[in-house]
Amino acid sequence: MTTLTAPSRPVAAAGVEDVRPVRRRLSPGTSIRFGGLIGIALLLAAWVVGSATGLLDPRTLTEPWTVVATAVTLIESGRLQESLLTSGIRAALGLGLGVVVGAVLALISGLSRIGEVLIDGPIQVKRSIPTLALIPLLILWLGIGEPMKVITIALAVFVPIYIHTHNGLRSIEGRYAELAETLDVSRAEFIRHVVLPGAMPGFLLGLRFAVTSSLLALVVVEVINATSGIGHMITLASNYGQTDIIVVGLVVYALLGVTADSAVRLIERKALSWRRTLAS
Amino acid sequence: MASHARELTPAVRVRHLHRSFNEAGGVLNGLDLDIAPGEFVALLGRSGSGKSTLLRALAGLDRGVSGTGRIEVPEKVSVVFQDSRLLPWKRLLDNVVLGLRADDAAARGSVALAEVGLAGRERAWPHELSGGEQQRASLARSLVRDPQLLLADEPFGALDALTRIRMHTLLRNLCEVHQPAVLLVTHDVDEAIVLADRVIVLDGGIVRHDARIDLDGRRSQADPAFARLRAQLLTELGVEDDHDAPGRPTRARLDERAAS
Repeated sequence: MTTLTAPSRPVAAAGVEDVRPVRRRLSPGTSIRFGGLIGIALLLAAWVVGSATGLLDPRTLTEPWTVVATAVTLIESGRLQESLLTSGIRAALGLGLGVVVGAVLALISGLSRIGEVLIDGPIQVKRSIPTLALIPLLILWLGIGEPMKVITIALAVFVPIYIHTHNGLRSIEGRYAELAETLDVSRAEFIRHVVLPGAMPGFLLGLRFAVTSSLLALVVVEVINATSGIGHMITLASNYGQTDIIVVGLVVYALLGVTADSAVRLIERKALSWRRTLAS
Repeated sequence: MASHARELTPAVRVRHLHRSFNEAGGVLNGLDLDIAPGEFVALLGRSGSGKSTLLRALAGLDRGVSGTGRIEVPEKVSVVFQDSRLLPWKRLLDNVVLGLRADDAAARGSVALAEVGLAGRERAWPHELSGGEQQRASLARSLVRDPQLLLADEPFGALDALTRIRMHTLLRNLCEVHQPAVLLVTHDVDEAIVLADRVIVLDGGIVRHDARIDLDGRRSQADPAFARLRAQLLTELGVEDDHDAPGRPTRARLDERAAS
């Protein structure tokens, strides 16, 4: 026969009995607060120690305190803000244009068979050409001014928006369309109440990819040929071997990326509140 | 309770209805059916007997299916599906009044929710509701449109037994108030007998058996007449060895019932 084993838990402090069998945990367990920042802090600490002990050659990577000092100088001279503004506007224009075009094309292609025939094929082809490979052609067509930069970013952005929104539209279950038919809903109401909210999760997923793509395209167009912006600042610094300025530029890019991603997540939380309650 | 067939123009009139999904053979083969206004008809049949095909034909949801025949249905038809089909991104009230064109849509939606026992849940998300509550919300969505014909495709099939009993009572009360003609597709013989004025058994794409249910008062499974009817319907459905039944229906018993 089985024997009763002693409870593996002591009696609770308040004197209230709490006896229960406890299994060994196999899952990772509860998450650590601010856990995401610990790895970053350790990496920064390694940089500080490496520079202080001379293990890191300043010509390879500048000391962190020099980077901070350079950042302060750049901010005082106004050069950093100016570059950031230029780059920010470029990215925002390209992102905005790409998002609108991608979303509209996805709607047309998702809601009509003719639209799908005309739009979906060319976009699938476009998807297999890296946008950055189009830059030589775009320079020939548009020159090296701002329009070329914005269009390049928009071209990189609209593909993920299109793909994910279109996928979101197509994965709206047919039974909801059937329901709408039995409720005598008009086509406009159907789009407003069923199609758009149904495609929203796909669109927002696309938006997160789009933000990343837009920053990638931004860096490339700025490094290739620009007379202003963060990328221009980095290119100049590279020519003069100023790793401190390069690192400042990279930090700014990182901040841009993190800010944009947080913004999209915030939109996601607001727009998908009907799902958030499910997750919580 | 049981509204007897009234000598009015029928709410539903189906003549020589044929429907087929492929060359091999028809699902519906010249089906004729009349449903009187306010009449509650339960539609039984084995899997593949064409129950859902008929219901979808009446609902106007079988565009792609080939077939011939004549279907006359009222102007206001409402469908209750097996799944509640609430839009997950709309709050309950918005789901109930979706597509409802009336100035007082919201007020009517609240009244309908209260009728199905969901008063005060207007702002709830569908996923916050239990399966039974979701199905009640979908009933409210149908009733708020004051349908002349309510088509229900196994609406309680996915619910647990206890919830189903409560839903039966609710549906009967609602039908007494709103008086729509009802066509309820079900697998459940007991459900058909408890709810309906008339039970139809579909087989081979035609109405094989059409019987009025004349049980008085509260319909109880303890009633011998209930058991006899149940056994008879199961026989029509081709279920011979029913272990729940008190005994096999014999010709004598059926005659006895016919005589009574």
